[in-house]
Amino acid sequence: MSDDNKAPIFSAAQEAEARLHQAEDAAAKDPFAGIDFGELELSIYRPRTMFSIILSFGVTVVTLLALIPLFAVLWMLIWRGGQKLSVVLFTQLPPAPLEQGGGFGNAIIGTLIMVGIAAVITVPLGILTGVYLAQAHSDSKLAGAVRFSAKVLTGFPSILAGVFAYGAIVLATGGYSAIAGGSALSILMLPTIILTAESAIAMVPARMKEASIGMGATGAQTVWMVLLPTAMPGIFTGVMLAIARAAGETAPLLFTALFSNYWLSSGGHFNLMQPTASLAVLIYNFSGMPFKNQVELAWAAALVLVVLVLITNLIGQSFSKGQVTQ
Amino acid sequence: MATGMVPNPSPNVPPTKLPNKATDDVIMDCDIKELYYGTFKAVRDTKIPIKKNAITAFIGPSGCGKSTVLRCLNRMNDLVRGFRFNGHVRYRGKDIYDPAIDPVAVRRYIGMVFQQPNPFATSIFNNVAFGLRINNFKGNKTEKVVQALKRAALWDEVKDKLHNSGLSLSGGQQQRLCIARAVATDPEVLLMDEPCSALDPIATRRIEELMLELKERYTIAIVTHNLQQAQRVADKTGFLYVDTSQGGRTGYLVEFGDSKEMFENPKEKHTREYIRGEFS
Repeated sequence: MSDDNKAPIFSAAQEAEARLHQAEDAAAKDPFAGIDFGELELSIYRPRTMFSIILSFGVTVVTLLALIPLFAVLWMLIWRGGQKLSVVLFTQLPPAPLEQGGGFGNAIIGTLIMVGIAAVITVPLGILTGVYLAQAHSDSKLAGAVRFSAKVLTGFPSILAGVFAYGAIVLATGGYSAIAGGSALSILMLPTIILTAESAIAMVPARMKEASIGMGATGAQTVWMVLLPTAMPGIFTGVMLAIARAAGETAPLLFTALFSNYWLSSGGHFNLMQPTASLAVLIYNFSGMPFKNQVELAWAAALVLVVLVLITNLIGQSFSKGQVTQ
Repeated sequence: MATGMVPNPSPNVPPTKLPNKATDDVIMDCDIKELYYGTFKAVRDTKIPIKKNAITAFIGPSGCGKSTVLRCLNRMNDLVRGFRFNGHVRYRGKDIYDPAIDPVAVRRYIGMVFQQPNPFATSIFNNVAFGLRINNFKGNKTEKVVQALKRAALWDEVKDKLHNSGLSLSGGQQQRLCIARAVATDPEVLLMDEPCSALDPIATRRIEELMLELKERYTIAIVTHNLQQAQRVADKTGFLYVDTSQGGRTGYLVEFGDSKEMFENPKEKHTREYIRGEFS
């Protein structure tokens, strides 16, 4: 092409034509000819880029703001509760007013036992109801009613569960007890377990159920040998979440288990029909007292409770990864 | 039939001899007059005799009801809401739709392999032992599991990892695991619903070879989309087609006969067109 340019004689028309050819050749060689590459360069001054940057920044700032209360609570707990933390807390009974030292061993055991009672009531009941909803009669009227009530109950004010258990059990048995406390907690746990069990069972791939029926398994064998084992990780996650929620409840226990400064067992007798201490109620009682020792114990109990709930949640979530869905 | 080591789960279906000598080797006699899902008429006039120790293939365009017909043969359609059926399916001379017959027991004699490999989320061993467990098999489970895995040509690949999850296998291996699971209880008939449609050509060839081995012991009925596959493995072939004349899409049997005869010299116009690939 450079030879063409150096050619000595050109008429204007020839020159114009040559230029046209040159432009065409250039376009054929360089497909990007004619594109303004300035357009492609990243520039924060372009409105759409600017908007995107501002939005990303805004979202980050709001997220950090949302984290402030979460971390502030945790920080307070660790700061105030951690100071008092020692083995003695787990082995001793709550102190009387003005008494120094002491712990909340009975409250930890009380919480574990009452949550345990609630789990014993709700786990079989909830899982079997979940089987009914997901499998046996998933669109019957009864299933619809149960599903609706369970959804309503998930948002049930916990104090009402306490009042109900007070009326139904405390008044009937004549006193505050661990059984009444566990029953109140079970009202709060049941809907969560029913709904998570239903969805975990419904998530088992239909072809596994088909395979089981096709092998000549009965409905019961299919539920017991295929659906429940396959759904178990999901069901377990639901149980753990329900337990974690129940462990932190105070209101239902105030009306049912009250509190106690003593161990559940005395003289070798283990009695579930007596007022029972729990971490949540201990925090409620001690945090309002005018004594420094009690307030410090309340902080330490709060830290212990949060750690227990956190561990339960982590265990539950680690199981949810085992759920088979496809 | 292999040595029946699994105790009969139900004595409901005694091996009766049919009086007619000519049809003596027909183990299942399927005669569907009308089959409905709700108000939708899915299949009509389909009569397929299934011969013992042979492979019977159902071919036809999509939506012609071939899977529906196959699922009639062990009452899997019972699971579909609104399923109604007019006709009979005789297994060893007994109508499996007789109200006195337990569908669960039927499925123990007539096993099924599905389109998608569907092993359970448990170990390879437990997958194969499933049928033994549900039948309360009291003998040597390990022996039966090994035998089933060998029959399904999977033993060499899994013998060192019987306790790994069945879901960790490849698609073709999973399908052979499902076949092993189905044969572990020694059913008499195996129904296969497009067993290779989710597999690659090598795994498909493997399963086809396996079917030819299995027909020595079992009777096989297979639905397939793949004409070459029917040609390669099937002794008898039934061609189903869709009838749209009455507004709906009702499948019916156009032609049934020896595979060789049907592929080389189809009698009906629709069969000819389908086999030539003029529609699918």
